[in-house]
Order: sequence, then structure tokens, then C-alpha cells
Amino acid sequence: MPAPTRALLLIGPLLLFLALVYVLPFLGILRWSVTLPEPGLEQYRAALTDPLVRSVLWRTLRICAIVTVLSVVLAYIVALIWVRGSPVQRLVVELCILIPFWISVLTRAFGWLALLSNRGIVNGWLQATGLTSDPLTMVRNEFGVVVGMVHFLIPFAVFPLASAMRSVDERVLMAARGMGASRARVFWQVFLPMTRAGVIGAALVVFVFALGFFVTPAILGGGRSVMVAELIYLRIFQSPNWGLGAAISVLLMLAVGAMLAALLRQARPGGGS
Amino acid sequence: MTRAAEIGAHQIGKTFGSFTALADISMVIGRGEFLTLLGPSGSGKTTFLMVLSGFEAPTSGHLTLDGQEMTTIPAEKRGFGMVFQGYALFPHMTVAENIAFPLKVQRKSAAQVKARVDAMVEMTGLSGHAHKRPTGLSGGQQQRVALARALACEPPVLLLDEPFSALDKNLRGQMQDEMRRIHRDTGTTFVFVTHDQSEALALSSRVAIFEKGRLQQLAPPREVYERPANRFVAEFLGDINILPVVDGTVEGRAVQTPGPAGDLAIRPEYMGLSLTDPADGNAVAARLTDLTYLGAETRILLETASGSALVLHRPTADLPEGLTPGAAVWATWAPSRGFLL
Repeated sequence: MPAPTRALLLIGPLLLFLALVYVLPFLGILRWSVTLPEPGLEQYRAALTDPLVRSVLWRTLRICAIVTVLSVVLAYIVALIWVRGSPVQRLVVELCILIPFWISVLTRAFGWLALLSNRGIVNGWLQATGLTSDPLTMVRNEFGVVVGMVHFLIPFAVFPLASAMRSVDERVLMAARGMGASRARVFWQVFLPMTRAGVIGAALVVFVFALGFFVTPAILGGGRSVMVAELIYLRIFQSPNWGLGAAISVLLMLAVGAMLAALLRQARPGGGS
Repeated sequence: MTRAAEIGAHQIGKTFGSFTALADISMVIGRGEFLTLLGPSGSGKTTFLMVLSGFEAPTSGHLTLDGQEMTTIPAEKRGFGMVFQGYALFPHMTVAENIAFPLKVQRKSAAQVKARVDAMVEMTGLSGHAHKRPTGLSGGQQQRVALARALACEPPVLLLDEPFSALDKNLRGQMQDEMRRIHRDTGTTFVFVTHDQSEALALSSRVAIFEKGRLQQLAPPREVYERPANRFVAEFLGDINILPVVDGTVEGRAVQTPGPAGDLAIRPEYMGLSLTDPADGNAVAARLTDLTYLGAETRILLETASGSALVLHRPTADLPEGLTPGAAVWATWAPSRGFLL
């Protein structure tokens, strides 16, 4: 049996599974978007012109961009300590990365609510120490949503970053240092460019994940900063307009696909500059 | 370039926990010298290079540069050039950018950087490759980039850590010739680490032989090969024949030796083969056990009556006809070629 055929046989069950649970339902959504309530592209026109939908899409993109930048920057620091820190630092960071995976996203969102709400722990502390007189509004707005999302997404960004950092040859850094380069120069001109693929990979994972976030924005945004996933949910389950919900889903899917394609091209060795 | 410097190492010791990597290493590396640090892996040669570079601090002893104390000066302030094992090129920069990096660190003007990069590209034979990235180059070309980058700032000392270990044999020979030319052209002090004996002998003005963290011998190539200081050096540098000497006799035959007793050592190239008993001169009777044809040379294995194995390298053209395993022969050598270990 030629190698490609054998490979296809081995990967076949997975492809079949993905086709059944992803492609088939998505084709159904695609059909809804052009047939409900009546055949045509009316729902796409509505999705792109409706001020509410447009504002939600815009907010989603903005929040996702902010979350991506914050998560990747913070994850870069965490990964740096994880890969290059002392043994004790490594252990602490490892626990900080792994433990959140054991706690459900729902629990974490409520945890942030308990911390950040008007009568929450942080505000109580701020007022007790006299730093503020009135409670700061940190939930039921974009701030709360960003905090919750960044907290959830950092561990996912750490893995691609750490793997890129591990593949950096220590001797290359020594070479740079031996030529008299300062630590800052070694970082900005050698280490960071050498981990570029990891940064792109991490940004990709975080952004795509963030686009589909539902639970965290719903709880920490408190219905005031609705993101696109919540909007789709509302259109399908609360104000039954399946066609519009489906059309927004398809647009979201296309946006993610386009971004993946663009970023993957960037991440390929020798791509970009 | 005339900035070559002299390095002094004084009783350098280095331990990692309970492991002694270097013990009591003292030497003076002269201006413009090509010194090779040679030894098996784990002998301490690379650790010593790292101590010279400043990337490792010695546990004891001190270093001087042109007589000035240098022990505590960090690597980035020493201004030495270094070629790492595996080259350690910047993968995200072109060849020209790699070479320009140390120049930019030193805040040279754009015009100076360009002139120097062009000169280094020219000198290392990289013309036409300046705008490629390292991944697009062959091993030999990457080696040249590493060399050009290390020499760009006209360092007083160039340290090289097994620079040829990743190259195939033919390319190694070529790069060795080139390395000698570059050493001549720059006049810089070269300190070169290798585990390859023939490379060390071919390149250096002096060879420092390391074993178990100690300096075994420091001498010109011919001397370490022909007059090794001890048995380790003798055996590490290539095949050697050892014949026990008892009361001025070898295998019961009176011979001229440097002393009355000990182990007489003779390099395979300096042993001759005779089909008849040479009446005068040093010789032992032996039986031919094997012949290996190597082209220009033939490798001959003998065994003496007492069971000592001997190896001879003879020019194929000079061999008597009809040698077959089992033949009775005599191994001969000039008295001046034998030394006692």
C-alpha cells in the first residue's frame, strides 16, 4: 500500500468525525442563512446594515483585539519565566498555568464577579483603605469582560510561546551577548524576532478563541456589552430569527477563516519580514 | 589588523558541584598565535574556552589580557570574537545583517558598517550570498558567515568552539586551509577547540592537550606527536607501538634505546619492514597478521613472539612483493625514533 493511502486510512476516522460533527451542521446553518424566513440573501444584507448587529460586530472585534494584545504580552512574560526562570519560578508558573484548567469557565467568571463587583472584594478593599470613596464600576462593562477573557486565555497563549522560546538556541543569545549587545538589545533584536512564530501562533489562538466567547462576556458584561456569540444565541433562542442568527454565524466563520489564512501565511518561515 | 593580544591563564580551576572540570591550568597564549585546545569529550577543553571567553567564571586562578587583570571582566566587555559550535547565526537576519550586528552594537556609522561588511563578505568568499538568510546556505557557507561575524570588529582574540564538527571531511580540509589563510591575513590570536587530532596538528602553532581537566602537554604539533609527554598524549594523537624494554633488550634482542628500561614507543610511520634479519640496527622478529590496502599507504599488523601487537604504515610502492598473513618479518626502526614512556 503506498504511503499516502495508508496515511489517509489512519487519519480517515478523524476526518469522518469532523465532517459529521462540524461540516454537516455548518452546512445546515449555511442553508438556514439563505432560506429563512424566505430564500435569498436578505439576512446577509440585514446583518451588515442593521445598526445593532454592526455595533455588536465592531465591539466584538475591538474587545478581541484588546484581549489578544493583553493576553499575548502577559503570556509572553509568563512563558519567559516558565522557560528561562529558576527551578522554583518554573514550578510556580507551571501550577499557575495548569490549575486554571481544572476550574470551569463559569466558576472563574463568577469568581471575577465576586472580586470586581460594586460590593466586591476589590472595591471593599479600595474603600476601606480610603483610596476611593465610591465603588469603581469594574463589571457589567467592557473592562470586566476584558479582565475575564484575558485571564481565561493567557494559558492558551503560553503554550505556543513557550515552545517557540524553547527552540531558541542558547548559543545564539550567547553570541549576541559576546558581541557586546546589552540585554535589552539581545531581547528586542534577537530573542523576540526568533520567537515571532510563537507570537503569531499565540495571537491566532487567542483571537479565534475570543471571537467565539460566550459565557464570560454574558456574565461579566451583564448584558450590556454583548458580543457576537451572545447575539447569535439571542437571535436563535430568544427572538426567534434563525435566518439572521445563521447569517451572522456564517460571516463570523468567514472572518475567522480569512484571518487564519492571513496569519498562517505570515507565520510560515521566510514570510513577511 | 594588528590588535592581536596575549592571554595569560594562571592556575585556572573550575568545579561544577563536586565535579572538577579544570584543575590548575596555566599557560600563556602568545600574540597572533594559533593555539588548539585538544582532548576527548569531557576533558575540559571547551570549559577552558568558555572561561577564556568570559561566559564561565573560573572557580580559582586568574586571567590576564596583555598583562592586565581580566578575570572578572564579563564576556560582553572583553571584545573577543567567538565562533560557536553550530555557528549560532541569527536565523532571522541576512548574511549581511549578521555580520553588521556587532558593528551596530559598537555604534559604527552606517557607512563604516557597510564598508566593513563588504570587506568581510569579500574576505570570507561570501560574495553573492550577502542577502540570503542562513537557512539558505550550506554548512561551509554558514561557517564562513560565523567567522566573518566574529572577525567583523577586528577582535584581539578569536575563540572557536569545534567550528568544523558539522562539516563533511572534504569541506573540513578546505575550511582548514581557509582558516589558516584568515589567521595569516588578520594576525589575530586564535584559540581553537577540537577533538580531532589531525585537525589540531594541521592548523596550530601549538597544541594544548587536555585530559580529565588537566593540561597534559603544551607544545608545537611535531613535538606533541613525536615527543609526547606521557602515555595518554602518545595514544591520543594516533596509533603508537609499545615495546617493553628490559635491561636494554626488546624481545630478548639488544637494541639502542634512550634508557635501559620502560615502554619504548614508536609511531607506525617510523617503523620499517624487512624480510631478512637486519644484522645491525634496531629490529624485532614478528609474524604478519594482516594487511590493509589504503591506496598510497598500506597498514600492516604484526605480532611479536611475546604477543605484542604492532602497527606499521608503509608506502604501498615500497612494499616487498608477495607479503601474506603468516609471513615471518622483522620490524625495524631508527634509534632516534623511539622514545620511552
